[in-house]
Amino acid sequence: MTEQNMALAQLEPGEEAIIQFSDVNKWYGEFHVLKNINFSVKKGERIVVCGPSGSGKSTMTRCINRLEEHQKGQILVDGIEMNDNLKNIEAIRKDVGMVFQHFNLFPHLTILENLTLAPIWVRKMPKKEAEAMAMHYLERVKIANQALKYPGQLSGGQQQRVAIARGLCMKPRIMLFDEPTSALDPEMIKEVLDVMIQLADEGMTMVCVTHEMGFAKTVADRVVFMDAGEIVEANTPHEFFENPQHDRTQLFLSQILNH
Amino acid sequence: MAIEFKPSPSLPPPSNAVGPVAWVRKNFFSSPLNIFLTFFSFYILYLLIPPALEWAIFNATWEGTSKAACTAGGACWAFIRVRFDQFMYGLYPATEYWRVNVAAILLVVLVGMFAIKAINKLLLSIAIIVVYPIIAYFLFAGGILGLEVVETSLWGGLFLTMLLGIIGIVASFPLGIILALGRQSKMPVAKSVCVIFIETIRAVPLITILFMASVMIPLFLPDGMNFNKLLRVLIGITLFSAAYMAEVIRGGLQAIPKGQYEAADAMGLTYWQSMILVILPQALKLVIPGIVNTFIGLFKDTTLVYIVGMFDFLGIIQMANHDANWLGTTTEGYAFAGFVYWAICFGMSRYSMAVERKLDTGHKRN
Repeated sequence: MTEQNMALAQLEPGEEAIIQFSDVNKWYGEFHVLKNINFSVKKGERIVVCGPSGSGKSTMTRCINRLEEHQKGQILVDGIEMNDNLKNIEAIRKDVGMVFQHFNLFPHLTILENLTLAPIWVRKMPKKEAEAMAMHYLERVKIANQALKYPGQLSGGQQQRVAIARGLCMKPRIMLFDEPTSALDPEMIKEVLDVMIQLADEGMTMVCVTHEMGFAKTVADRVVFMDAGEIVEANTPHEFFENPQHDRTQLFLSQILNH
Repeated sequence: MAIEFKPSPSLPPPSNAVGPVAWVRKNFFSSPLNIFLTFFSFYILYLLIPPALEWAIFNATWEGTSKAACTAGGACWAFIRVRFDQFMYGLYPATEYWRVNVAAILLVVLVGMFAIKAINKLLLSIAIIVVYPIIAYFLFAGGILGLEVVETSLWGGLFLTMLLGIIGIVASFPLGIILALGRQSKMPVAKSVCVIFIETIRAVPLITILFMASVMIPLFLPDGMNFNKLLRVLIGITLFSAAYMAEVIRGGLQAIPKGQYEAADAMGLTYWQSMILVILPQALKLVIPGIVNTFIGLFKDTTLVYIVGMFDFLGIIQMANHDANWLGTTTEGYAFAGFVYWAICFGMSRYSMAVERKLDTGHKRN
């Protein structure tokens, strides 16, 4: 990484980071999956993480709410260190919403129950209030008329919008998206991206692993490119797409943009 | 201007693909082998059914006080009629039968109340699991409110079978869940305790456990300290069944996609919340057939208490077969026992299928 890009992965002095990775390393057994990740996100920033498969982009994102444990270095989320302390992890997970590639809605619960589960049990919100809030978010993702159906009765795009609404119901400070459109039929990608763009416009802090370069161009404040467990390049979308610094980045962009 | 796309209308299927004739043709006569099997099956049924009906119904004797009365050549159902009360209640005093009946009716009513929508299911469950057993115990054993004391050694017949079966099922199910979760746990001590328990119990025949419970445990207990044999046997059956249950449930836990655990974790649910609210409802639903299999196995295994000197339903029938008045009625006794066990187990199986249908949210998981 060049000095200039290094600076772009970090923050200007005085800016307050909501997510801060310092020399984070992670291994799966012998396999070194994250190598010296230094990276920060400030409040309200929209980050798009891209890179070839196996580059560690999902793993890095999942470290933010400790679905994956890192073995070396320090991760601060909202000023709280992610370590073995269960209390810290639970506190952070309340404030970090996550949307998965395969939606991971709970198939035995209705859409409404999927949305109210965490507010009722984690936030201890009264059921009526949780349902009203859930309906509000379902309206926002334009799916309120499906509230009493089960996830299996919805299309992939609808399920993913429900999953986003479910994340929002915890009123998170950060939303993580792990390839939210990769499992969707082409016709459904747009409806999900529209919801994400709307969310970005409202100032949500977002970290989004995606291959949707159009989304990255319109929405991202910074694009982070990873390969082989390292951050190769991080830059504003304009610089990233028009003037990629690293030959690995150029190769990646040429492969995904020209086909 | 673009041409508007109009989907073609859906048409009904051709008439030879639906209806009873099509059904018979497809299921009975679809191929030469199938035609042969159809006729062969009907021939076997023709050989078996008429003689069975003749023995069981047309030539059967229904009245009488000893085997001598059964002269018609068919089944001697008089034996079952005369001994019926004993088969139901064992050696329980005849004047106290009503206590068993009251407890049984109370249980049926309580369980039936689940069908009423307006009722608080949680309170009802607590009533059945906590309050009912206390009432039932005092009804059966007596000793309060002027009820005559009835020793547990007198409990028997279908009453004892149901008692062992129901308590075994109700107690082994939650224990099995705990063991299954323990075996999946990341805590090494909890995990090894569960693994050792499951593997030890599963490797030992139930008869051995029953002998241990009835004969050996009293040897190890200090003098003067002893507890009821029925209770010991119950604990033995429950532990045995729980080990099997644990493995069935573990199968269900493993079938739940990792994404479900992750989604539950990511929204900040604690371990127990995610297990109870997200994972177990799905896992248990998946393994209902296996769970009911274990329940049915346990119910039938209760017959083994005969060898530690308790007279359950099958045991009391075997005892009655040795009665000098009724020598030669073994077939009737076993036929009756077989029918009752079949009816109960078939009922459980049908009930489980209904539960499966009810819980089916109908669609593939993601």
